[in-house]
Amino acid sequence: MNSMLTVRLFARYAELLGAPEVRVSAEGIATVGDLLARLRSFPGAGAIGPGTLVAVNLRQARADAPVSPEDEIALLPPLAGG
Amino acid sequence: MTFLSGSPIELGTLLGEVAAPGRGGIASFVGLVRDHHGGRKVSALSYSAYEPMAEEICGQIVSEAETRWPVRVALRHRLGDLAVGEVAVAVAVGGDHREEAFAACRYVIEEVKRRVPIWKRETYVDGTEEWVDPANSGVGIGEWGMGDVR
Repeated sequence: MNSMLTVRLFARYAELLGAPEVRVSAEGIATVGDLLARLRSFPGAGAIGPGTLVAVNLRQARADAPVSPEDEIALLPPLAGG
Repeated sequence: MTFLSGSPIELGTLLGEVAAPGRGGIASFVGLVRDHHGGRKVSALSYSAYEPMAEEICGQIVSEAETRWPVRVALRHRLGDLAVGEVAVAVAVGGDHREEAFAACRYVIEEVKRRVPIWKRETYVDGTEEWVDPANSGVGIGEWGMGDVR
């Protein structure tokens, strides 16, 4: 049994994927960039661009930042506070 | 400190948090729900957040302002359903003098808009709804971001 990454989704992205979080097999996913590429293959996820903001453990992470099943990962649509 | 609020923001409370005998003034910014956006008539809106991260980043922004200027900062952002005219965000900055109070207040509201993971869903008078995307409001894709990238 391989391990899974849990990705929290917000606002437009939660709506696009129809859930507040998705679980993705960690196999072949070493970085934020790998994860985004995998997620973009999901049905409805075409609008999740390669430059999407990703937070790992409450901090914005670059595409080359590592991800593991222990991390809290979140996909953030364009921010619109204030 | 809790920066996110599910209930109406009390401006008097914020002013009280930053007033002190040595401070000569308070600068403030109060953001309200507007009745129009992009040429459409807005009837209501709803704010949601990635709450633990939003709290953390609001705390960082307040510390940055209080480190850079000799001021005390109070900040609140509303979540949930808001009607037109309600307070969406409020910043109050107490300082010895107005220059640093205004400068810090401006810094805090700009950084909140740029870095805090909060989203806004607008409902229009024609019954349609939409997630607000700053990229569709004249800001080019890639111009928004949160700074502090690791």
